[in-house]
Amino acid sequence: MAGMSDVDLQAMSQEERAKTLGMTTEQLTGRSLFVEFDADAEERFTYPWAADVDYNKRFELDTDELSSTQVNAKMRALMEEGYGTIVIKNPRGKHGLGVGILSRLNLIYEGSLGYFAVGLIDGPNVRINGRVGWSCAENMMAGTVIIEKNAGSTFGAAIRGGDLVCRGSVGSRTGIDMKGGTIIVGGDTGALSGFMMQRGRMIVCGNAGKNLGDSMYDGNIFIGGEIKSLGVDAVTAELTDIDKSWLRRKLSLYEMLPEKGVDHFTKVVAGKQLWNYDNLEPSEKKIIL
Amino acid sequence: MAGTQYRGSDIKDVDQFLDDASGLESEREKEIGQHIGYRYDVNLVPDYERITPFLTKYMEVMGWEDLNWLEDIHMGYEDGNAAVFDRNINGWVRVPDTINLPDNQQDRDMIARELLVKYQMSDRHPLVNLRKAYRKY
Repeated sequence: MAGMSDVDLQAMSQEERAKTLGMTTEQLTGRSLFVEFDADAEERFTYPWAADVDYNKRFELDTDELSSTQVNAKMRALMEEGYGTIVIKNPRGKHGLGVGILSRLNLIYEGSLGYFAVGLIDGPNVRINGRVGWSCAENMMAGTVIIEKNAGSTFGAAIRGGDLVCRGSVGSRTGIDMKGGTIIVGGDTGALSGFMMQRGRMIVCGNAGKNLGDSMYDGNIFIGGEIKSLGVDAVTAELTDIDKSWLRRKLSLYEMLPEKGVDHFTKVVAGKQLWNYDNLEPSEKKIIL
Repeated sequence: MAGTQYRGSDIKDVDQFLDDASGLESEREKEIGQHIGYRYDVNLVPDYERITPFLTKYMEVMGWEDLNWLEDIHMGYEDGNAAVFDRNINGWVRVPDTINLPDNQQDRDMIARELLVKYQMSDRHPLVNLRKAYRKY
């Protein structure tokens, strides 16, 4: 099946393609799938399908007259041509720009973006010389995103990896449902930041609004200013030397280390009182299993 | 009412879940027959003095000054075997027996990161075929 060409696959229906490539639709419940690493795997640094781009090959794209879909399609075409640095001129607050980029790329926006900017990305380094709307970098997997001004609500919603940085202030529910990665805010963050956070790290150099870390499951939140109130099951914890060292390192990377250092930061973690492993009695559990 | 207090056990030793696959220590864990919580410290940040040459090169290729998303990757333990969770397949990938495990979690995490990157970028990763089957032609 590995030898099947794209032309052959294109001629098939989606169902035929899936079957030909060995995928099944059978029920897997209760079965374990055994997968093992290859100890002698080849050294590769990008996905097999990723375009081979050169950071030194640069293109400036004026998007004044283009729709979001056209801009995203053009960016993909440029990456296929090997452009590793793309500068977007006049984005004019368009929504959903730069979503779904799954390879390395230097992406620079000369202006502000609307909602869902650079969502679902896996690898690129993005700089936005302006503001962003809500849900910036939603579901981000890897890479770096730096916003030079302020950001809207649900900044970094469900982020899973990478560094998401806002030099200004952000709205409410920052890092809602985050499952990994690092969110850094230079200014303040709004209410319910870290709501249902499951993993990852959030650093806020300024103040935090009400209900910080509400219902968080795990992960760390570091606040440099005042906390209006903690949410349900969010508790303060000791800021360890490892934490301080990591904070200094991370903030220095983005030239955001406060003059007075990091010793004044408050660390917030899950109190683990809502962990619901015991939400079913053993007898009920046995019936379900 | 959903859980009202944490009744899990603490992780005490780096080999804890290799020696004891079930990991049932607290009264509640024994009662429900399930280990409560992660089998490794999800909040452990990497010690950059232990980074491997492969990972250094990976950071350079990607244009990152630190491990980026790999800061969240740790060596975990599944059924008494060392394994790494691959978010792209939503499952555990086991570490072969031929690889000797260091005696500390930091070095193990570096091995886990290296193995995971090589696996995710290889042609044998399930995403390769998944993409062929479901991409827009």
